[in-house]
Amino acid sequence: MRKAPRAVAITAQLSIAVAAALTWIGTASAQQSLTIAAFPAVDEIAKLAIPMWKKKHPDVEIKVVSRAFADHHTAMTTALSTSSNLPDVMVVEYGFVARFAEGGGLEDLGAAPYNIKSQQAHFVPYAFRQGTTNAATVVAVPSDIGPGTLLYRDDLLKKAGVKEGDLTQSWDSFVASGVKIKAATGAYLVAHARDVKDIVIRSDIKPGEGLYIDNKGKVLVDTPRFVRAFELAKKVREQKLDGKIGAWSNEWSEGFKRGTIATQLSGAWLAGHLNNWLAPNTKGLWRAAQLPEKAYGSWGGSFYTIPKVSKNKALAWEFIQMMTLNPEMQLSAFKSQDAFPALVDVHKDAFFDQPIEFLGGQKARLLWRDAANKITAVDVHKLDPIAEEIINTEMDKVLDQGKDIKTALADAKALLERRVAR
Amino acid sequence: MASTTPQRKVWRLSPKLVPYLLVSPFLILFLVFGVFPLAFSFYLAFQTWEPTAGLQSMKFVGLGNFAFAITDEWFWKSLKNTAWLAFASGVPQHVIAIPLAYFIHTSFKRTRNSVIGAYFLPYITSTVAIAMMFGTLFSTDFGLINIALRALSEVPGLGWVFSGAPIDWLNRAENVKPAVAIVVFWRYIGFNTVLYLAALQTIPKDIYEAATMDGARRLQQFFYITLPSLKPMIYFGVTLSVVGGLQLFEEPFILTGGRGGTDQAGMTTAMYMYRTAFEFNDFGAASALSWLLFVVVAALTWLTNRAFKPRDGSQ
Repeated sequence: MRKAPRAVAITAQLSIAVAAALTWIGTASAQQSLTIAAFPAVDEIAKLAIPMWKKKHPDVEIKVVSRAFADHHTAMTTALSTSSNLPDVMVVEYGFVARFAEGGGLEDLGAAPYNIKSQQAHFVPYAFRQGTTNAATVVAVPSDIGPGTLLYRDDLLKKAGVKEGDLTQSWDSFVASGVKIKAATGAYLVAHARDVKDIVIRSDIKPGEGLYIDNKGKVLVDTPRFVRAFELAKKVREQKLDGKIGAWSNEWSEGFKRGTIATQLSGAWLAGHLNNWLAPNTKGLWRAAQLPEKAYGSWGGSFYTIPKVSKNKALAWEFIQMMTLNPEMQLSAFKSQDAFPALVDVHKDAFFDQPIEFLGGQKARLLWRDAANKITAVDVHKLDPIAEEIINTEMDKVLDQGKDIKTALADAKALLERRVAR
Repeated sequence: MASTTPQRKVWRLSPKLVPYLLVSPFLILFLVFGVFPLAFSFYLAFQTWEPTAGLQSMKFVGLGNFAFAITDEWFWKSLKNTAWLAFASGVPQHVIAIPLAYFIHTSFKRTRNSVIGAYFLPYITSTVAIAMMFGTLFSTDFGLINIALRALSEVPGLGWVFSGAPIDWLNRAENVKPAVAIVVFWRYIGFNTVLYLAALQTIPKDIYEAATMDGARRLQQFFYITLPSLKPMIYFGVTLSVVGGLQLFEEPFILTGGRGGTDQAGMTTAMYMYRTAFEFNDFGAASALSWLLFVVVAALTWLTNRAFKPRDGSQ
């Protein structure tokens, strides 16, 4: 998603300037305005809310400043660093919540007048927890979540005589099924062996442990979690069960279109992407299942925050409540943009019982709802992005150059400890 | 009349100030977009900063960022990658551009400009578009390059050169660098050819005529007249290639999806710098990296200067 950063940085700066100018013009005129900064498709959802907002506040204009995913977070980092050109409402993706919270530029929504903690029961537990920092301040309110799921090609499985249970029973049976599928259909089990590693390192995390670093700053990358993840990924590669295809590449979508990738571990939202543009021609061939070995994990999620310097905090809070606590809004976002609701109140809605055509009429939303309730929140650390890069680089060395797993993880630990010590 | 003259005087600028006014647009832009970022990044190189906590959160760390960068194995890895790419994409640019320019100069008459235009086109095309197009061409299973290689392997007699097995251009560490170098070479060959063509036109024809009369062959003329006369332009072209090569960013960034490819084999120093700042959120270290890269660029430019600059002062 990141393209042409220089041009983008300039465009981002320009658009901030333009947005600032617009805001200024907006405030200069009699009409009040509320600026929402968001990325696709949350920007679309925010725009959907305008009619409902107008009914309550006909005099307050909603301005949605929309940027591409990476540009949005870069622009928000710049805005926070200079405390200028900040929107009234900032949408933040899960991966950036910890980083932005650490800077202290976001309002504590747990405190008065917001008191979001009194509404905690309305949210999916893990998602609410994700918006809470280690210091127990709530900086972000979840609006949509990405419960993890295993999407698989039913037709390929049938051809190979593999059942869904074979895929999901354990990671070993998952790999064994992959061998059968490859032999019978020629299709890869997964796009990249890395995908398997990514979910295995996220399962069995004990409370207080982070993904890579625990809350005391101890580096965890040589724990059994990582050893197992690396071993499994290596096994997948050795059996030639992965296409060495990165997500969001041309090969990836071609693989889906041509049926050369049999399964994909991902967030539930991927079914929507497959249906809309990745591989609409494979309609009806896919099914969803829980992740292998009862691993419950989450892939991304969007949160609403208020920057401390916002001048319209009361209105901003009202807008956020509308987006996150209003059942009608949450449902319409789910229906139009596949944004899985973080609001538990709507999880009983009849829409969940409807069959999904793309998944051959499967009532997959019930499955994802079940998963959402079983996911546990993982503490995030500001060094997570670099830790992920370190682990991925060592993974490359193990998969491509045959580096010993123990050595690779020890090297990763040393590299990461150096960063932690900084 | 008498009433309008004084009014006009009010709007007239003193002739002394006019030059300043005329250069001010450039100066203001240069100060804002040139001097300020430079000074700020220098200042930042000695600070640790959590950007999302605002400007006041900067803390002076002395040479800490530089110490970190120099002992950082990824910095050295990226520097090696950069050197490899700069060399592999830079040297062929000149070794091929000079004979190519000579060939175009001597062999094309009417179609000369369109031929030059065709070679120059990649240089003025958007890097992003080029990198995305090559990303498609390099595709392992569906890319034209691998399809062409497969077709070549089926030509009788060529089977031992081309194996026909699809090459994983962008997902194998040993293939990423050559793939990026090919794109960079393809992009800048035309630019260098134009440089050398311009230089060739300044060589007086009578030197060649005299040489021909003395019985010098075309190849001899190339080596004893053309090449020495091109030396100032080679100096200029190589300097540009050294500076550009060491700052290589867009092509590898887009071709490798921003990560540098498997095992970061295509991650240049400029990319590592960008990622350190915007992905790993360490603006202090990124600034230190950028100044270290500047030192490397300056040193290599100086060396190029030593190697190619005419010393007799004739220039």
